[in-house]
Amino acid sequence: MAIPLMIVGIIIHGLQKRVKVYEAFTEGAKEGFVTAIRIIPSFVAMLVAIGVFRESGALDLLMGAFRPLVRLFNIPEELVAMLIMRPLSGSGAQSIISELAHNYGPESLACRTAAVMMGSSETTLYVLAIYFGSVSIKKQRHALASGLIADLVGFLSAVYLSRIFFSF
Amino acid sequence: MINIIWSVLIILGFLVGAVNGRLQDVTAAAINSAKMAVELVFGLMGVMAMWLGILKIAEESGLIKIISRLLKPAMIRLFPEVPENHPAMGAMIMNISTNILGLGNAATPFGLKAMEELQKLNKHKDTATNSMVTFLAINTSSVTLIPASTIALLTAAGAINPTEIVGPSIMATTLSTIGAIIAAKTLQRLPRYSINPRGKGKARCSSRS
Repeated sequence: MAIPLMIVGIIIHGLQKRVKVYEAFTEGAKEGFVTAIRIIPSFVAMLVAIGVFRESGALDLLMGAFRPLVRLFNIPEELVAMLIMRPLSGSGAQSIISELAHNYGPESLACRTAAVMMGSSETTLYVLAIYFGSVSIKKQRHALASGLIADLVGFLSAVYLSRIFFSF
Repeated sequence: MINIIWSVLIILGFLVGAVNGRLQDVTAAAINSAKMAVELVFGLMGVMAMWLGILKIAEESGLIKIISRLLKPAMIRLFPEVPENHPAMGAMIMNISTNILGLGNAATPFGLKAMEELQKLNKHKDTATNSMVTFLAINTSSVTLIPASTIALLTAAGAINPTEIVGPSIMATTLSTIGAIIAAKTLQRLPRYSINPRGKGKARCSSRS
Protein backbone atom coordinates (compact mmCIF):
# COMPACT_ATOMS: atom_id res chain seq x y z
CA MET A 1 0.00 0.00 0.00
CA ALA A 2 2.79 2.40 0.86
CA ILE A 3 4.78 1.63 -2.28
CA PRO A 4 2.08 2.40 -4.90
CA LEU A 5 1.18 5.59 -3.04
CA MET A 6 4.77 6.69 -3.00
CA ILE A 7 5.42 6.01 -6.68
CA VAL A 8 2.20 7.62 -7.92
CA GLY A 9 2.56 10.52 -5.51
CA ILE A 10 6.10 11.32 -6.57
CA ILE A 11 5.25 11.15 -10.28
CA ILE A 12 2.17 13.37 -9.90
CA HIS A 13 4.16 15.89 -7.89
CA GLY A 14 6.82 15.81 -10.59
CA LEU A 15 4.26 16.48 -13.32
CA GLN A 16 2.82 19.39 -11.34
CA LYS A 17 6.28 20.91 -11.11
CA ARG A 18 6.79 20.35 -14.86
CA VAL A 19 9.62 17.89 -14.39
CA LYS A 20 10.45 15.77 -17.44
CA VAL A 21 9.58 12.71 -15.41
CA TYR A 22 10.62 10.12 -17.98
CA GLU A 23 14.04 11.64 -18.55
CA ALA A 24 14.57 12.14 -14.83
CA PHE A 25 13.62 8.53 -14.16
CA THR A 26 15.99 7.07 -16.73
CA GLU A 27 18.80 9.28 -15.53
CA GLY A 28 18.32 8.08 -11.96
CA ALA A 29 18.00 4.47 -13.13
CA LYS A 30 21.35 4.74 -14.87
CA GLU A 31 22.96 5.65 -11.55
CA GLY A 32 21.27 2.60 -10.05
CA PHE A 33 23.06 0.27 -12.43
CA VAL A 34 26.44 1.84 -11.81
CA THR A 35 26.01 1.57 -8.04
CA ALA A 36 24.80 -2.03 -8.28
CA ILE A 37 27.84 -3.09 -10.31
CA ARG A 38 30.12 -1.37 -7.86
CA ILE A 39 28.83 -3.27 -4.84
CA ILE A 40 29.34 -6.73 -6.38
CA PRO A 41 32.93 -7.20 -5.09
CA SER A 42 32.08 -6.43 -1.46
CA PHE A 43 28.92 -8.53 -1.72
CA VAL A 44 30.93 -11.53 -2.89
CA ALA A 45 33.65 -11.02 -0.27
CA MET A 46 31.24 -10.80 2.65
CA LEU A 47 28.86 -13.57 1.64
CA VAL A 48 31.73 -16.00 1.03
CA ALA A 49 33.24 -15.26 4.45
CA ILE A 50 29.92 -15.67 6.24
CA GLY A 51 29.08 -18.81 4.25
CA VAL A 52 32.41 -20.43 5.15
CA PHE A 53 32.10 -19.44 8.80
CA ARG A 54 28.60 -20.88 9.15
CA GLU A 55 29.04 -24.09 7.16
CA SER A 56 32.25 -25.08 8.99
CA GLY A 57 30.58 -25.16 12.39
CA ALA A 58 32.70 -22.25 13.63
CA LEU A 59 29.52 -20.27 14.24
CA ASP A 60 28.27 -22.98 16.62
CA LEU A 61 31.56 -22.83 18.54
CA LEU A 62 31.26 -19.07 18.86
CA MET A 63 27.77 -19.48 20.27
CA GLY A 64 29.18 -21.75 22.97
CA ALA A 65 31.75 -19.12 23.89
CA PHE A 66 28.99 -16.56 24.37
CA ARG A 67 27.10 -18.57 27.02
CA PRO A 68 28.68 -16.87 30.10
CA LEU A 69 27.93 -13.38 28.79
CA VAL A 70 24.39 -14.46 28.14
CA ARG A 71 23.94 -15.69 31.71
CA LEU A 72 25.30 -12.40 32.99
CA PHE A 73 22.58 -10.43 31.21
CA ASN A 74 19.94 -12.99 32.10
CA ILE A 75 19.10 -13.68 28.46
CA PRO A 76 17.28 -16.98 27.88
CA GLU A 77 19.75 -19.55 26.55
CA GLU A 78 17.65 -20.55 23.59
CA LEU A 79 18.22 -17.04 22.24
CA VAL A 80 22.02 -17.26 22.12
CA ALA A 81 21.99 -18.43 18.52
CA MET A 82 19.90 -15.39 17.61
CA LEU A 83 22.38 -13.09 19.33
CA ILE A 84 25.28 -14.36 17.25
CA MET A 85 23.44 -14.83 13.99
CA ARG A 86 21.56 -11.54 13.79
CA PRO A 87 24.52 -9.25 13.03
CA LEU A 88 25.87 -11.76 10.49
CA SER A 89 22.97 -12.96 8.43
CA GLY A 90 19.34 -11.91 8.05
CA SER A 91 18.18 -15.17 6.51
CA GLY A 92 20.12 -17.08 9.17
CA ALA A 93 18.31 -15.15 11.90
CA GLN A 94 14.97 -15.84 10.22
CA SER A 95 15.72 -19.54 10.17
CA ILE A 96 16.42 -19.39 13.92
CA ILE A 97 13.00 -17.82 14.53
CA SER A 98 11.40 -20.63 12.51
CA GLU A 99 13.35 -23.14 14.56
CA LEU A 100 12.22 -21.56 17.85
CA ALA A 101 8.63 -21.55 16.59
CA HIS A 102 8.96 -25.23 15.80
CA ASN A 103 10.58 -26.21 19.12
CA TYR A 104 8.75 -23.97 21.58
CA GLY A 105 5.67 -22.86 19.63
CA PRO A 106 5.10 -19.64 17.68
CA GLU A 107 3.42 -17.96 20.67
CA SER A 108 6.16 -18.92 23.13
CA LEU A 109 8.15 -16.25 24.97
CA ALA A 110 11.40 -17.39 23.31
CA CYS A 111 9.99 -17.18 19.81
CA ARG A 112 8.33 -13.83 20.37
CA THR A 113 11.45 -12.40 21.97
CA ALA A 114 13.47 -13.52 18.96
CA ALA A 115 10.91 -11.87 16.70
CA VAL A 116 11.18 -8.59 18.62
CA MET A 117 14.99 -8.89 18.41
CA MET A 118 14.65 -9.31 14.66
CA GLY A 119 12.70 -6.05 14.45
CA SER A 120 15.04 -4.02 16.63
CA SER A 121 18.43 -4.86 15.16
CA GLU A 122 20.10 -5.31 11.80
CA THR A 123 22.60 -7.45 9.91
CA THR A 124 25.27 -5.04 11.11
CA LEU A 125 28.36 -6.72 9.66
CA TYR A 126 26.73 -7.13 6.31
CA VAL A 127 25.39 -3.58 6.18
CA LEU A 128 28.79 -2.13 7.06
CA ALA A 129 30.59 -4.31 4.52
CA ILE A 130 28.21 -3.43 1.72
CA TYR A 131 27.87 0.28 2.40
CA PHE A 132 31.53 0.97 3.14
CA GLY A 133 32.60 -1.38 0.35
CA SER A 134 30.50 0.55 -2.13
CA VAL A 135 32.63 3.67 -1.63
CA SER A 136 35.89 1.80 -0.84
CA ILE A 137 36.24 3.02 2.72
CA LYS A 138 38.86 0.93 4.51
CA LYS A 139 39.11 2.59 7.92
CA GLN A 140 35.66 2.24 9.42
CA ARG A 141 36.56 3.88 12.75
CA HIS A 142 33.78 3.48 15.32
CA ALA A 143 31.21 2.08 12.91
CA LEU A 144 31.40 -1.54 14.05
CA ALA A 145 31.40 -0.63 17.73
CA SER A 146 28.41 1.70 17.28
CA GLY A 147 26.48 -0.87 15.22
CA LEU A 148 27.07 -3.67 17.70
CA ILE A 149 26.17 -1.44 20.64
CA ALA A 150 22.92 -0.62 18.83
CA ASP A 151 22.29 -4.33 18.33
CA LEU A 152 23.01 -5.09 21.97
CA VAL A 153 20.65 -2.33 23.14
CA GLY A 154 18.03 -3.79 20.80
CA PHE A 155 18.56 -7.33 22.10
CA LEU A 156 18.41 -6.40 25.77
CA SER A 157 15.36 -4.19 25.18
CA ALA A 158 13.74 -7.09 23.33
CA VAL A 159 14.40 -9.49 26.19
CA TYR A 160 13.08 -7.21 28.93
CA LEU A 161 10.19 -5.70 26.96
CA SER A 162 9.02 -9.15 25.82
CA ARG A 163 9.10 -10.34 29.40
CA ILE A 164 6.84 -7.43 30.39
CA PHE A 165 4.51 -7.78 27.39
CA PHE A 166 4.17 -11.52 27.03
CA SER A 167 4.59 -12.98 30.49
CA PHE A 168 0.95 -12.82 31.36
CA MET B 1 39.08 -3.48 10.83
CA ILE B 2 37.17 -5.09 8.00
CA ASN B 3 40.40 -6.78 6.90
CA ILE B 4 40.71 -8.50 10.25
CA ILE B 5 37.08 -9.58 10.51
CA TRP B 6 37.03 -10.87 6.98
CA SER B 7 40.26 -12.88 7.34
CA VAL B 8 39.24 -14.28 10.71
CA LEU B 9 35.87 -15.45 9.36
CA ILE B 10 37.49 -17.25 6.43
CA ILE B 11 40.61 -18.66 8.12
CA LEU B 12 38.75 -19.79 11.22
CA GLY B 13 36.01 -21.20 9.02
CA PHE B 14 38.38 -23.37 7.03
CA LEU B 15 40.35 -24.41 10.15
CA VAL B 16 37.24 -25.45 12.06
CA GLY B 17 35.93 -27.08 8.90
CA ALA B 18 39.11 -29.14 8.60
CA VAL B 19 38.89 -30.22 12.24
CA ASN B 20 35.23 -31.16 11.84
CA GLY B 21 36.00 -33.00 8.61
CA ARG B 22 33.66 -30.76 6.66
CA LEU B 23 36.24 -29.24 4.39
CA GLN B 24 34.34 -30.25 1.27
CA ASP B 25 31.08 -28.71 2.52
CA VAL B 26 32.91 -25.52 3.48
CA THR B 27 34.46 -25.22 0.05
CA ALA B 28 31.07 -25.79 -1.54
CA ALA B 29 29.61 -23.11 0.74
CA ALA B 30 32.28 -20.64 -0.35
CA ILE B 31 31.59 -21.25 -4.02
CA ASN B 32 27.82 -21.19 -3.60
CA SER B 33 27.97 -17.97 -1.57
CA ALA B 34 30.01 -16.27 -4.27
CA LYS B 35 27.47 -17.32 -6.86
CA MET B 36 24.60 -16.23 -4.65
CA ALA B 37 26.19 -12.81 -4.05
CA VAL B 38 26.20 -11.99 -7.75
CA GLU B 39 22.69 -13.35 -8.21
CA LEU B 40 21.57 -11.16 -5.31
CA VAL B 41 23.07 -8.04 -6.84
CA PHE B 42 21.53 -8.81 -10.21
CA GLY B 43 18.22 -9.29 -8.47
CA LEU B 44 18.74 -5.97 -6.76
CA MET B 45 19.85 -4.12 -9.87
CA GLY B 46 16.44 -3.64 -11.44
CA VAL B 47 14.83 -2.60 -8.16
CA MET B 48 17.68 -0.26 -7.53
CA ALA B 49 17.43 1.35 -10.95
CA MET B 50 13.70 1.79 -10.44
CA TRP B 51 13.94 3.44 -7.01
CA LEU B 52 16.78 5.72 -7.95
CA GLY B 53 14.75 6.71 -11.00
CA ILE B 54 11.84 7.62 -8.75
CA LEU B 55 14.21 9.44 -6.38
CA LYS B 56 15.51 11.52 -9.28
CA ILE B 57 11.97 12.66 -10.09
CA ALA B 58 11.39 13.57 -6.45
CA GLU B 59 14.69 15.42 -6.42
CA GLU B 60 13.94 17.46 -9.53
CA SER B 61 10.39 18.27 -8.48
CA GLY B 62 11.64 19.66 -5.19
CA LEU B 63 9.80 17.06 -3.12
CA ILE B 64 12.99 16.00 -1.36
CA LYS B 65 13.59 19.61 -0.38
CA ILE B 66 10.13 19.81 1.16
CA ILE B 67 10.64 16.64 3.18
CA SER B 68 14.14 17.74 4.10
CA ARG B 69 12.81 21.02 5.42
CA LEU B 70 10.48 19.13 7.76
CA LEU B 71 13.26 16.89 9.03
CA LYS B 72 15.90 19.61 8.92
CA PRO B 73 16.22 20.36 12.64
CA ALA B 74 16.84 16.69 13.45
CA MET B 75 19.05 16.01 10.42
CA ILE B 76 21.27 19.05 11.00
CA ARG B 77 21.90 17.98 14.54
CA LEU B 78 22.62 14.40 13.49
CA PHE B 79 24.80 15.30 10.52
CA PRO B 80 26.45 18.66 11.25
CA GLU B 81 29.09 18.06 8.53
CA VAL B 82 26.57 17.75 5.69
CA PRO B 83 25.36 21.01 4.07
CA GLU B 84 21.57 21.36 4.24
CA ASN B 85 20.87 21.15 0.54
CA HIS B 86 23.48 18.57 -0.33
CA PRO B 87 22.13 15.53 -2.22
CA ALA B 88 23.45 13.34 0.62
CA MET B 89 20.69 14.76 2.87
CA GLY B 90 17.97 13.78 0.41
CA ALA B 91 19.30 10.26 -0.02
CA MET B 92 19.68 9.76 3.73
CA ILE B 93 16.17 11.07 4.39
CA MET B 94 14.73 8.74 1.76
CA ASN B 95 16.71 5.82 3.17
CA ILE B 96 15.57 6.43 6.73
CA SER B 97 11.93 7.03 5.77
CA THR B 98 11.74 3.92 3.57
CA ASN B 99 13.32 1.94 6.41
CA ILE B 100 10.71 3.28 8.82
CA LEU B 101 7.99 2.12 6.43
CA GLY B 102 9.60 -1.31 6.30
CA LEU B 103 10.50 -1.09 2.61
CA GLY B 104 13.93 -2.66 3.01
CA ASN B 105 14.33 -3.25 -0.73
CA ALA B 106 13.69 0.38 -1.48
CA ALA B 107 15.90 1.57 1.38
CA THR B 108 19.11 -0.07 0.16
CA PRO B 109 19.46 1.92 -3.10
CA PHE B 110 18.90 5.19 -1.20
CA GLY B 111 21.44 4.11 1.41
CA LEU B 112 24.07 3.32 -1.20
CA LYS B 113 23.38 6.63 -2.91
CA ALA B 114 23.74 8.41 0.43
CA MET B 115 27.14 6.81 0.98
CA GLU B 116 28.24 7.88 -2.50
CA GLU B 117 27.24 11.49 -1.76
CA LEU B 118 28.79 11.45 1.71
CA GLN B 119 32.01 10.18 0.16
CA LYS B 120 32.09 13.30 -2.04
CA LEU B 121 32.25 15.38 1.16
CA ASN B 122 34.99 13.18 2.58
CA LYS B 123 38.52 14.56 2.74
CA HIS B 124 40.21 11.25 3.54
CA LYS B 125 38.79 8.90 0.96
CA ASP B 126 39.78 5.69 2.73
CA THR B 127 38.45 6.72 6.14
CA ALA B 128 34.83 6.87 7.28
CA THR B 129 33.46 10.28 8.27
CA ASN B 130 31.42 10.95 11.39
CA SER B 131 28.32 11.40 9.24
CA MET B 132 28.83 8.04 7.56
CA VAL B 133 29.18 6.24 10.86
CA THR B 134 26.16 7.98 12.39
CA PHE B 135 24.12 7.22 9.29
CA LEU B 136 25.10 3.55 9.30
CA ALA B 137 24.57 3.26 13.05
CA ILE B 138 20.99 4.46 12.57
CA ASN B 139 20.69 2.00 9.71
CA THR B 140 22.00 -0.95 11.70
CA SER B 141 19.70 -0.17 14.61
CA SER B 142 16.73 -0.85 12.33
CA VAL B 143 14.04 1.81 12.47
CA THR B 144 11.23 -0.31 11.02
CA LEU B 145 7.80 0.41 12.47
CA ILE B 146 6.07 -2.72 11.16
CA PRO B 147 8.38 -5.75 10.91
CA ALA B 148 6.33 -7.24 8.06
CA SER B 149 8.60 -10.13 7.12
CA THR B 150 8.89 -11.29 10.72
CA ILE B 151 5.12 -11.15 11.12
CA ALA B 152 4.80 -13.21 7.94
CA LEU B 153 7.30 -15.69 9.34
CA LEU B 154 5.35 -16.07 12.60
CA THR B 155 2.10 -16.44 10.66
CA ALA B 156 3.66 -19.17 8.54
CA ALA B 157 4.76 -20.91 11.75
CA GLY B 158 1.13 -20.94 12.95
CA ALA B 159 1.02 -17.93 15.29
CA ILE B 160 -2.53 -16.72 15.97
CA ASN B 161 -1.69 -13.15 17.00
CA PRO B 162 1.60 -12.42 15.26
CA THR B 163 1.01 -8.66 15.33
CA GLU B 164 1.42 -8.67 19.11
CA ILE B 165 5.13 -8.26 18.56
CA VAL B 166 4.63 -4.85 16.92
CA GLY B 167 4.32 -2.87 20.18
CA PRO B 168 7.46 -4.16 21.88
CA SER B 169 9.30 -4.11 18.53
CA ILE B 170 8.66 -0.39 18.07
CA MET B 171 9.81 0.33 21.62
CA ALA B 172 12.90 -1.88 21.31
CA THR B 173 13.89 -0.41 17.97
CA THR B 174 13.41 3.13 19.28
CA LEU B 175 15.73 2.32 22.16
CA SER B 176 18.29 0.70 19.86
CA THR B 177 18.23 3.72 17.53
CA ILE B 178 18.77 6.08 20.46
CA GLY B 179 21.58 3.78 21.61
CA ALA B 180 23.08 3.85 18.12
CA ILE B 181 23.09 7.65 17.95
CA ILE B 182 24.54 8.05 21.43
CA ALA B 183 27.20 5.40 20.71
CA ALA B 184 28.20 6.95 17.38
CA LYS B 185 28.30 10.48 18.76
CA THR B 186 30.25 9.47 21.87
CA LEU B 187 32.74 7.13 20.23
CA GLN B 188 33.66 9.61 17.49
CA ARG B 189 35.36 11.74 20.13
CA LEU B 190 37.64 8.98 21.37
CA PRO B 191 41.27 9.41 20.28
CA ARG B 192 41.44 5.82 19.02
CA TYR B 193 38.69 6.55 16.54
CA SER B 194 39.99 9.93 15.44
CA ILE B 195 40.40 10.62 11.71
CA ASN B 196 44.09 10.30 11.07
CA PRO B 197 45.52 9.28 7.72
CA ARG B 198 48.70 8.04 9.38
CA GLY B 199 46.94 5.57 11.63
CA LYS B 200 48.37 6.09 15.10
CA GLY B 201 49.43 9.29 16.81
CA LYS B 202 47.76 12.15 18.54
CA ALA B 203 47.20 14.60 15.72
CA ARG B 204 43.44 14.90 15.46
CA CYS B 205 41.83 16.18 12.36
CA SER B 206 38.92 18.49 12.86
CA SER B 207 35.82 17.07 11.31
CA ARG B 208 34.36 20.48 10.63
CA SER B 209 34.14 21.39 6.99
